[in-house]
Amino acid sequence: MSGLRADVRGVGLLGPGLASFAAARPVLRGDVPHAWTAAAPPAPSRLPPAERRRAGPSIRLAMAVADEAVAAADIDPSRLATVFSSSGGEGSNCHALCETLASPAPLLSPTRFTNSVHNAPAGYWHIAVASQAASTSLSAYDGSFGAGLIEAMTQIEANGAPVLLVASDVPYPEPLHRLRPLPDACGIALLLAPAAGAPRLGCLSIELVEAHVSGPATTCADPGLEALRRQVPAAAGLPLLQALARGIACEVVLDYLPALQLRIDLRPGGPMP
Amino acid sequence: MRPLAVTEHTLVTALGAGRAATLAALRAQRSGLGPARFLDVELPTWVGEVTGLDEVALPAPLQVFDCRNNRLAWLALQQDGFADAVRAARVRWGAQRIAVLLGTSTAGLLETELGYRRRGPGGELPAEVRYEERQNTYSLGALVRRAFDLRGPAWVVSTACSSSAKVYASAARLIEHGLVDAALVGGVDSLCLTTLYGFNALELLSPEVCRPWDAERRGLSIGEGAAFALLERDAASAHGWLLGTGESNDGYHMSTPHPEGAGAIAAMRAALAGASLEPHQIGYVNLHGTATPSNDAAEDRAVRAVFGAATPCSSTKGATGHTLGAAGGVEASICLLALGDGLLPAGLNLRTPDPALRVDYVGENRRAPLRAALSNSFGFGGTNASLVLGAPR
Repeated sequence: MSGLRADVRGVGLLGPGLASFAAARPVLRGDVPHAWTAAAPPAPSRLPPAERRRAGPSIRLAMAVADEAVAAADIDPSRLATVFSSSGGEGSNCHALCETLASPAPLLSPTRFTNSVHNAPAGYWHIAVASQAASTSLSAYDGSFGAGLIEAMTQIEANGAPVLLVASDVPYPEPLHRLRPLPDACGIALLLAPAAGAPRLGCLSIELVEAHVSGPATTCADPGLEALRRQVPAAAGLPLLQALARGIACEVVLDYLPALQLRIDLRPGGPMP
Repeated sequence: MRPLAVTEHTLVTALGAGRAATLAALRAQRSGLGPARFLDVELPTWVGEVTGLDEVALPAPLQVFDCRNNRLAWLALQQDGFADAVRAARVRWGAQRIAVLLGTSTAGLLETELGYRRRGPGGELPAEVRYEERQNTYSLGALVRRAFDLRGPAWVVSTACSSSAKVYASAARLIEHGLVDAALVGGVDSLCLTTLYGFNALELLSPEVCRPWDAERRGLSIGEGAAFALLERDAASAHGWLLGTGESNDGYHMSTPHPEGAGAIAAMRAALAGASLEPHQIGYVNLHGTATPSNDAAEDRAVRAVFGAATPCSSTKGATGHTLGAAGGVEASICLLALGDGLLPAGLNLRTPDPALRVDYVGENRRAPLRAALSNSFGFGGTNASLVLGAPR
């Protein structure tokens, strides 16, 4: 199978102890140990006031990492196709709806219902940047990061245009937390563009491989990052971000689905700005 | 794009299970909608409920997936020899060369909603609530991938009411770029409390049967449905062909379409361009046609901007109801039936055509040789997808 290739032109990151990709570089490079402090996505300044009020945690998180990746790539987001990947959408909103629906003659909040769609972050983002470019939103449970990466890379091959990939997950409150114990929110955004030979951060080449061929997935040496990688589906991309932060040529293997992995060959870009 | 063979397809909606039952209902202009009698829901609305789901049993190894949505999926997989066709494709291409790309909006959320009514003393949910295999968006994909022991890439698109149209576009890209040789696509959405009470909260539910393109249309009727199609890189014979796909976003409002249908126009044009067809070569447009005042008005403008007013169009949601995340797949299957049968299915429940809507709306079944049809699917979050499907050669 021929590999899919793309240049990485911007990265966004937000998670516990990871305030942004720029701020987290020393932790990702292994120069500083990871320290777990709760993720705190800011209110999205891009949104008009009405939408900003309605934006819940999953929308705030996705927009924060999308913003960082777009700013780093210095690209006009109004023409940018997007792929939003999340294992399960917004847990607190789902919980609030289920609580209301358990009452007799339930009266739902229209905003809560509108925000319950899996593509709510994508919808808010495209409103914020006034973009009519194509957008998709998907889930592959614990393999959601890998699924989003394949969808984004095949869109780049098909359309020859950049794609913004946003992978993000937010935790469920109890009682759903017990069934799906995500410890905190984490989001990763990659601004990917057709491979042009002069990548800003690095050039990716990915292929699907059967797990028995490629061996175990790449882990994070830092125990805090490794815990995050194992517990939050979007954080499955952390080994790739570590490689990008180190700026070295390497191979990264990500778990995707049972018995199926993604093998990523990373060729570093020019000197970091 | 290079045309992809639809080597098998099937669907289950309120019209019945399988292609023959669906085509018979379309030929008879019969609607599957009725006043809502779903669980204890007391809403003055009509729904398209699939009967018999209580009797559907998943095989023992897949019991962990048991919920209304996955039962509906399972029922559809048993129709029209679809399961045999998937097994044959697995032999032909290999398990790792077949993708599973499906759409849903709410997956098995119903069982979690009902579980919240029976929480224990510590607030815990009853054991029937399972997150991974029932509630999670991907549960549908996991069920199908495991049922056929497929080992290729898989995901579930959840872009509200365009979900199962967009998977056709993803599948075409994966096949085009050599990651797989075939893809099992489609979508499943089943009735649940969130969508019924949610659309009610938005005042988008019709108190009577939905009436797309009618002057007195008052909103949508929710339906449930499942549709599956098998796309293959090539085939000696096919039920039809996927010729083009188009995707766009409105970037306008979360729950109201762009009034001029700007995003819809872009999606239709992209699908036509992918198919290398001119608008006049499309013999039938299956409209998104939800029967909300704003959707039908915006879509009428968008379709006329692309096609003019001469291309026959109809919404089949008066027959099936709006099957939400399954609608794209269901209506792709209906287009394939129309193409194979030379039937332009009527848009049902039309009493007084809205004079402000000026496409050639098919109010009674027509017969015509059809070579290509276009299907529209639009959703919350401003997401748009259009598919161009071709007749069997």
